[in-house]
Amino acid sequence: MKNTPSIRGVPLTPPPSHLSTTIAWGVLFVLLIWSWEGADMRPLDLIKYSGNMSIFIKEFFPPNFHDWRIYLEEMVVTVHIAVWGTVLAIICAIPCGLLSSENLVPAWVYQPMRRVMDACRAINEMVFAMLFIVAVGLGPFAGVMALWVHTTGVLAKLFAEAVEAIDPRPMEGVRATGANAVEEILYGVIPQVLPLWISYSLYRFESNVRSASVLGIVGAGGIGVILHEVIRGFDYAETAAVLIIIIVCVTLLDLISARIRQWAI
Amino acid sequence: MSIVTHQLGLEHGNGFRALHGLNLKLTAGERVAIIGPSGAGKTSLIRLLGSALRPTNGRLELLGENPWQQSAAGLRQLRTRIGTIHQAPPIPPRLRVITAILAGRLGRWPAWKGLLSLLYPVDIAGAQQALARLDLADRLFERCDRLSGGQLQRVGIARVLYQQPDLILADEPVSALDPILADAAIAQIVAEAEQRGATVLASLHAVDLALKWFPRVIGLRSGQLAFDLPAAEVSTDMLRDLYSSEGSIVPTQANDPALLHALTEPLPEITDPKVVRLDSCRGRG
Repeated sequence: MKNTPSIRGVPLTPPPSHLSTTIAWGVLFVLLIWSWEGADMRPLDLIKYSGNMSIFIKEFFPPNFHDWRIYLEEMVVTVHIAVWGTVLAIICAIPCGLLSSENLVPAWVYQPMRRVMDACRAINEMVFAMLFIVAVGLGPFAGVMALWVHTTGVLAKLFAEAVEAIDPRPMEGVRATGANAVEEILYGVIPQVLPLWISYSLYRFESNVRSASVLGIVGAGGIGVILHEVIRGFDYAETAAVLIIIIVCVTLLDLISARIRQWAI
Repeated sequence: MSIVTHQLGLEHGNGFRALHGLNLKLTAGERVAIIGPSGAGKTSLIRLLGSALRPTNGRLELLGENPWQQSAAGLRQLRTRIGTIHQAPPIPPRLRVITAILAGRLGRWPAWKGLLSLLYPVDIAGAQQALARLDLADRLFERCDRLSGGQLQRVGIARVLYQQPDLILADEPVSALDPILADAAIAQIVAEAEQRGATVLASLHAVDLALKWFPRVIGLRSGQLAFDLPAAEVSTDMLRDLYSSEGSIVPTQANDPALLHALTEPLPEITDPKVVRLDSCRGRG
């Protein structure tokens, strides 16, 4: 290092890159090659079968809105499923999230609670929906249950992360007046995390509307049922109409929820 | 509330000794100011006495009992009788002023009352009265993040006035207030303590404020006691010595710190503390 030009000991040339950085790039490269095989990547087919595809796409147009009333009714049911799935999840995620926060509870509480929430989150809504259909029968209620369990897992983790990032002083301040643990949380924690919790909940509602629109494919009610029928029946003009209704509806809800989030924070 | 400490000390995890060998005795109803340069251990001492922090050495007795030998319920009970005013009030920004003030009595309320108060304030008149003493009654329903630093500091004082503790601990309680408001705020704390026989221990940046309102002054330097004297016996030399690490500049209320050797007049005498009306300084701080 003697001959490197420097200012007050700080060299003017950047330090050589670490061996670990080089290895990380190498691992990424190997992973990409390996996954190419597994994922059966055939980009040339896109060009080879482009003729077929254009014929296929033409069948979607013009979209057939003949049964739009039914589509819209089912879309509303889809939103209803998302509303109840999300609300039940929020109610459960508040205690579960607080009990998964390492700054509030000891390790023997938050570790098991986190593992349970991991399990809820690890399994997709569609899988839960299929299981609940066996338990409560075909229809929207199975969809609500599926969203409820999965979303509880997601929100509990997000809620806990918000709690772990709070300023501890308000809690200590409340404790210093002789308050008990519940009051510490109510007066010291909740006011700090509420804006984030609202934002996360709304975001999960948006994504639950998207999830609910496919839950019907496995028989859990909503517009997914119709989507499944029209695709299976090769009715691509109707399929286009259903997709457009889903897109418009999801976009509208996203816009509204973004507005509410802005207002809440 | 009476306080006794024996060789009280606090050592941080990294081996830094914030306080050591402190022997103090405060009788109920006494008013004591703590002064000293930055980093002298003033905040540590206040946190120890408020039983917010556990001492690593020595012993602390509040009302003749060691708070750390009591049950969790006993410690909570004791803390309801201690009110701490912080330099930066630990209030969540979105809380309303009234909710923040009412939180002062959480320890004494049954659980249902604390829960209810979060939804709808249970003692509007009480909170308003406490706030009015600091000339902030019109901000009762404001959110705390819409207040200025000085207003928030006064909300913190109002919370402790509402709590009605037997021991008032104040850590730089008026650091964000201008001299007139600071004087008036200290006057309110003193008046509250005199009325109910509460003990007051306040760390103060402004030496003139300490000498004016507190009959007894403790000088703290590098975690040790420099002096513990009646305010009248604190001499200019002692103060200069106390602040030697800060160029012997004794901090006072005025923003331009008076150089001690430039002082021609002796330090302000202790006048009879009388309560200053706050109505006359509306709009300050």
